[in-house]
Amino acid sequence: MFDSLSSRLEGIVKKLRGRGRLTEADVDEMLVEIRTALLEADVNVGVVRNVIARIREQAIGARLSEALDPGQQVIKIVNQELTAMLGGETLKISYASRPPTVVLMAGLQGSGKTTSAAKLARWFKSQGRQPLLVGADLQRPAAVEQLRTLGRQIDVPVFSEPGDPVKTAKRGLAEARRLGRDVLIVDTAGRLSIDAEMMEQVRQISKVVEPNYTFLVIDAMTGQDAVGVAEAFHSTLAIDGVILSKLDGDARGGAALSVKEVIGRPIAFASTGEKLNEFEQFHPDRMAGRILGMGDVLSLIESAEQAFDQDQAQKAAERMLDGEFTLDDFLDQMQALKKMGPLSNVLGMMPGMPKEMKGAEIGDDALKPVEAIIRSMTALERRKPELLNGSRRARIANGSGTSVGEVNRLVKQFQEMQKMMKRMGGASRGGKKGKRGLAGLAGMQGLPGQGLPGMPGMPGMPGQGMPGGFPQFN
Amino acid sequence: MSKARSAFTGALVRISTRTGITSETWVELEEALLLADVGVRVADELLAGLRAGVKAKEIVDPMQLVTALQSEMTARLAGADRSLHLVAGDADSPNVWLFVGVNGVGKTTTIGKVAAQQRAEGRTVLLAAGDTFRAAAAEQLATWAERSGSEIVRGSDGGDPSAVIFDAIERASARRIDLVLADTAGRLHTKSNLMEELRKVRRVAAKGKGRVTEVLLVIDATTGQNGLAQAREFGAATMTDGTGVTGVVLTKLDGSAKGGIVFAIETELGLPVKLVGVGETIGDLVPFDPAEFVDALVQIS
Repeated sequence: MFDSLSSRLEGIVKKLRGRGRLTEADVDEMLVEIRTALLEADVNVGVVRNVIARIREQAIGARLSEALDPGQQVIKIVNQELTAMLGGETLKISYASRPPTVVLMAGLQGSGKTTSAAKLARWFKSQGRQPLLVGADLQRPAAVEQLRTLGRQIDVPVFSEPGDPVKTAKRGLAEARRLGRDVLIVDTAGRLSIDAEMMEQVRQISKVVEPNYTFLVIDAMTGQDAVGVAEAFHSTLAIDGVILSKLDGDARGGAALSVKEVIGRPIAFASTGEKLNEFEQFHPDRMAGRILGMGDVLSLIESAEQAFDQDQAQKAAERMLDGEFTLDDFLDQMQALKKMGPLSNVLGMMPGMPKEMKGAEIGDDALKPVEAIIRSMTALERRKPELLNGSRRARIANGSGTSVGEVNRLVKQFQEMQKMMKRMGGASRGGKKGKRGLAGLAGMQGLPGQGLPGMPGMPGMPGQGMPGGFPQFN
Repeated sequence: MSKARSAFTGALVRISTRTGITSETWVELEEALLLADVGVRVADELLAGLRAGVKAKEIVDPMQLVTALQSEMTARLAGADRSLHLVAGDADSPNVWLFVGVNGVGKTTTIGKVAAQQRAEGRTVLLAAGDTFRAAAAEQLATWAERSGSEIVRGSDGGDPSAVIFDAIERASARRIDLVLADTAGRLHTKSNLMEELRKVRRVAAKGKGRVTEVLLVIDATTGQNGLAQAREFGAATMTDGTGVTGVVLTKLDGSAKGGIVFAIETELGLPVKLVGVGETIGDLVPFDPAEFVDALVQIS
């Protein structure tokens, strides 16, 4: 939707080639674009003003490095600044010496408190704790019922009783002690920060349960108002950390930066999906890239590392060097790619991806025919695709529900890929660098930039090797 | 909508009391617009128009500048059809209003309020509990059905929402009910499988005797620039015969957020804002009034 910051900076950067230093005018020109990017990401206007001033100071007069173009250099400064702002001390949960450790959830209506409460309970369970959930949202119809259902799904008991939320919270604390639960999570009703009566109520709840941690739940899609909301809740409750919800959408999540900046409390957790296990501790280093619209390279690399077995990658690389890369290896790589999540997500995380590709017209379905074709081959055919004569191809097309044309295309692409690998293997045999490059190709650790350019890969991928030997869609 | 008019203590007060239009004036004016979430592009556009006016000496003092901004914004919102469409037809062919949006914007609550208002106007209403995903969403809707004196059709948890909505429309048709209000699960517009599910819901809703006369996108006033993407994607997913989303419901405008993103949604995508939620009670859902909205957005005290 938004033009990426890097593409907008490109035009400016072209003029700066061959200069030694960034002048004030150069920097200001770039800062206009960076400011727009931050505002489009919903970073608060006041926060943007301060950030831009700090970046300006650092960027003016900075000696241009030889490795980076001026645009990259400014982005690096911006990225460092944002990461520093988002980071700082990360929230380490320490448990109360006299259990239970009490956690209070607060936030606006619809920010995702109830779901986050359940996800947090699940997280504590995964840390070996025994949480109890308390439903103190007696306002919204069926909110307690929702919490009970979620509690059943994660096998965590839920306490609630109708009437007064303050009393319910207090009784919940007693219940946790009685049952010997060592973590208590109190869900509260959503409330507007300007509703004095409701803010007083949550203050009373806080007073009776004396939370060790008070978390403010903020929707990642929140606009400029995030700052006002955070300030109001912080002055009423003394917030310890923020839970950023709905981060699985395409909102750039500038609210995270704003909130961190104005209340000085870390973003503790982020909710990354509707499933109850899609909840993780927050990584500030990746958020900066997202806010800038620069693509979440780090996340991509990490998920690639997790998805791909090191040994498997090494073996595949060695087979490639010897020109023994088979369709089976190819299939393995495709599986690994799929493990990284929906293809459109993976593509969305890559920086420099052309806009038309980010439109995510590529569903995971694009891989299915390829997979079906390979799976319809015999083991021998997978090792020696040269065996594939007309009748074998027709059988495979039939078996995989594709056409002979599609089978032909895949086989041709694979053979071209094999040829190129042999050439690469021959050229770099024994060379340490070459081997690493190929391992990167197989295991994708090299992303981006280290992949082999010109691989039969994604159409329109600008020079950056796509995960090893990616089939052509269409 | 007077409840929505929170005290505006920001830039515009300072602007209008200052003598002469300075570069500071422009900065403050831009920041005021941005703080209301109208977005960089819209703010730039609006200010460019004003700059031309200042250059031509049509606008000479800050007070005029603010007034000109307000009238420009109001003009951009003029002329839209903000009525809720109820098309008369056979008694066994109910109107169907579909409510869509991302998670947590207030779809279910909005349906409850609309149901109560339509009942008060003498129509019979049936609620279709099409949110089969969120735990206890149907219970929440059932509470509203009871409060408003509407009927309700529910499916099983995790069941097919299209089936629930289809059944609801059939039931309404058989019982000669005027209006079906169909709830759907909140979904992020980036989840292609869930948007596909919504496409099916929209298709199936028009299959039986019902006539889909409104597809209302519910947007939370705290929403930032992502609102535009939401409007585009929900519009695309519900597109049928050239019409997707027919209107916007802006919720939670009683908070401190100004909801300026709907200005961008309406002026850039042509989706009229029809209703505004300003509180938790049934009466707190009111027709959208552009003049009041702009006034609250760019207020001079």
